[in-house]
Amino acid sequence: MKHLLSIQPAVEVEHICNTLRHQLTKDLRRRGVVLGLSGGIDSSVTAALAVQALGRDRVFGILMPERDSSPDTLHLSRLVADSLGIARSEEDITSLLEAAGFYRRYEEAVRKVIPEFGVGWKSKLITSGVREGGTLTFFTLVAQGPDGSITSVRLPVQTYLAIVAATNFKQRMRKMLEYYHADRLNFAVAGTPNRLEYDQGFFVKNGDGSADIKPIAHLYKCQVYQLAEYLGLPEVIRKRPPTTDTYSMPQGQDEFFFALPVAQLDFCLYAKNHGIPASEVARATGLNEPTIEAVWKDIDRKRTTTRPLHLPPLLFRPVPEIH
Amino acid sequence: MNELSSKIRQFVVSNFLFGKDTGFTDGDSFLDQGIVDSTGVMELVAFVEKEFGFRVQDSELTPENLDSIAALVAFIEQKRPSGASIT
Repeated sequence: MKHLLSIQPAVEVEHICNTLRHQLTKDLRRRGVVLGLSGGIDSSVTAALAVQALGRDRVFGILMPERDSSPDTLHLSRLVADSLGIARSEEDITSLLEAAGFYRRYEEAVRKVIPEFGVGWKSKLITSGVREGGTLTFFTLVAQGPDGSITSVRLPVQTYLAIVAATNFKQRMRKMLEYYHADRLNFAVAGTPNRLEYDQGFFVKNGDGSADIKPIAHLYKCQVYQLAEYLGLPEVIRKRPPTTDTYSMPQGQDEFFFALPVAQLDFCLYAKNHGIPASEVARATGLNEPTIEAVWKDIDRKRTTTRPLHLPPLLFRPVPEIH
Repeated sequence: MNELSSKIRQFVVSNFLFGKDTGFTDGDSFLDQGIVDSTGVMELVAFVEKEFGFRVQDSELTPENLDSIAALVAFIEQKRPSGASIT
């Protein structure tokens, strides 16, 4: 059944390239595309598509590591930019985050639950995941002390919100720099969410959720991998596990936000969208039916919870002249 | 309506509905009715732990325990030390 997610890469690439050129000329009237490169599969594929559509001199990549970024991020991002032959700028955002008080605010929030947290500590947020029969989402902070010891604390709501609010500075700083370069070059900003991230609201409003175009938001994650292979992206990029690269401890996307490993969730989402029965999904994924039902419920809940992230500012009376 | 369910309703209406009771029943699912989302659930847990003086364990964070006034009443009654009164 997983063949249902197979696409014809050549056809899809042609569609995206044609649409991208049309949107830039007719809707946005911009001369190229700026995007942040993380060394992950989504931004790499988006960059490669933009190069295919517009030519390498019309694509500008920005590398924006900070103090907590994975050591891989910078060299993989450079590898992508170099393999595509695009111009790039490296902007370490640590000093911007310091000026905004991010590190201080983050540490203050964490100290509410782990008073000894400070220099030499690392941390990450993990989600409770899905259990059979339904579950309610809660978040646990995992912190590693300088001696390697691990502390885990389920977060009270105020601390959770304070940690997320502080962390969102990272995505918003990066987007600010992307728009700086876009304005400077008269280019558009490309967002790089895949369908799973877009559907489930796994982005920061006015952060990585902000963009002029989202060329791969309709593609399931495994379809993005298919395009990556077709576009000839380096194997090290295609084999890299999805990561948030947001917290100081290594963190997979499935730990922080998604209820399942991305490959399984991809298929569960596809099945839900296409009315494929849980019994068939169970055979294809190895999950049991109650778990699949719980995953589908979690998908619905995340759609509800994150709907405000998709909304434009709400008006109080129509302004019909502006569409 | 008993005192406990009244206290929970008062919190839900005040905290999530800006004081306007929409007429939801004690058995209505908060999540299905769109009254609370996942952050709202965390707020509910904080309310329960503060008001009723016990820790909600991770394994107890289920819709069966928390997703309606009736569910919360049953859960709190079961967890509350016997004889403890509502403050």
